[in-house]
Amino acid sequence: MPSVTLINYGMGNIPAFINIYHRLNITVEVASCPAQLLRSKKIIMPGVGSFDWAMTRLNDSGLREALDEMVMKQQIPVLGICVGMQMMAKGSEEGCLQGLGWIEAKVKRFDQAAFTSQTHLPHMGWNDVMPVRDNPLFASITAPMFYFLHSYYFVPGHASQTLATTQYGDEFTSAMSNGNVYGVQFHPEKSHNWGIQLLKNFAEM
Amino acid sequence: MLSKRIIPCLDVREGKTTKGIKFKNNVEIGDPVEMAKFYYEAGADELVFYDITASHEKRDIMIDVVRKVAQTIFIPFSVGGGIRTLEDMRAVLLAGAEKVSVNSAAVKNPDIISQGARAFGNQCVVLGMDVKHVGQKTGIPSGYEIVINGGRTFMGMDALEWAQKGQALGAGEICLNSIDADGTKDGYEMALTRMISENVNIPVIASGGAGTPEHLADVLTRGRADAALIASMVHFGTYTIEEIKAFLSGKDIKVRKS
Repeated sequence: MPSVTLINYGMGNIPAFINIYHRLNITVEVASCPAQLLRSKKIIMPGVGSFDWAMTRLNDSGLREALDEMVMKQQIPVLGICVGMQMMAKGSEEGCLQGLGWIEAKVKRFDQAAFTSQTHLPHMGWNDVMPVRDNPLFASITAPMFYFLHSYYFVPGHASQTLATTQYGDEFTSAMSNGNVYGVQFHPEKSHNWGIQLLKNFAEM
Repeated sequence: MLSKRIIPCLDVREGKTTKGIKFKNNVEIGDPVEMAKFYYEAGADELVFYDITASHEKRDIMIDVVRKVAQTIFIPFSVGGGIRTLEDMRAVLLAGAEKVSVNSAAVKNPDIISQGARAFGNQCVVLGMDVKHVGQKTGIPSGYEIVINGGRTFMGMDALEWAQKGQALGAGEICLNSIDADGTKDGYEMALTRMISENVNIPVIASGGAGTPEHLADVLTRGRADAALIASMVHFGTYTIEEIKAFLSGKDIKVRKS
């Protein structure tokens, strides 16, 4: 039986994930203490807001040690959403705090001055996501659009980390994976049937 | 490429949609949750709920609506109307909304924008603006003035200056409503939308005046809007979202196809 554990550190639209997994009849748990996290099979790390604020909330949640244990030692699959994905990198231009460092990558701000057409930030709305290699995360998903809401983007340390790309000003990595670590810049929990399918895929991987 | 967003707006009073709304199949629907589901399946990119419940005591009804909507649809939605405090914002977001929209409360107390942005992130805070054309005069260099109370009270604030101030305070988006165009079905206020959109860095939703798909095409190109709010043209079944999107697609405007 697939089951998914959501990290509850006060960030992200937790109800949206719960509602989707209930609809899919997939067991979902919300982890607010280490014991809950230590029995998880799959972890989703939602995220909204600024990098430092999200890192501070995670560091203060008491979940950090258990999370590192499950992801780095037990190697269970983890999916970071939006800022949750960015937090997996070493750090971000947006803040001063260190990231989780689970993946060799950085996070940079969109360079609005270099844009020729779109000039508004955040990058907000539905955009095309083009997978660049086969991965179970995108199984049964063709020509998808997902809902984005961000001003900073993930810069992979190695091209092999990129799972999908999106155009905004320039092309950027909108989904990545490296071993058991997965991240998506968009919000699958708010991306209609494509998002529901992606969350189902993650649970069933 | 990023799509332009088509956003139906639903007015809700004490848990019911206000107008005798009829879809194209002539089924009358007064339940906001059912309507949200209808628009979710019909291809809306996002939804806006505007709570016009007069009494503050009955606001919990809206929170219940928000919770049920969040269980039913999986696209972003925002809630506005009567949001006065950080606690009001928190309740709406915890119930599952993506964004909260502040309008007159922000005019009276701009700090609510920065407080909301700090507590929940800029992306959660939409600055709703009701605007009337008054012509250029002292204190109103752009010729557009901020109004509240449905356009009855003039605030002596310039619309462009307020938009830029809202952005500086941390608003993540602007929902720009022209009181002059609202309800006319003659098209969006083009000059206003373009002026605001070109002079802020955050996304702008155009609101007020939509009557035909051509109006949306206009405001999303010439008006430079990122998104268009629609109400009666879909509520009364004059057009479906699919028809609107097909028209926009034909004009080479990128929209999401479901």
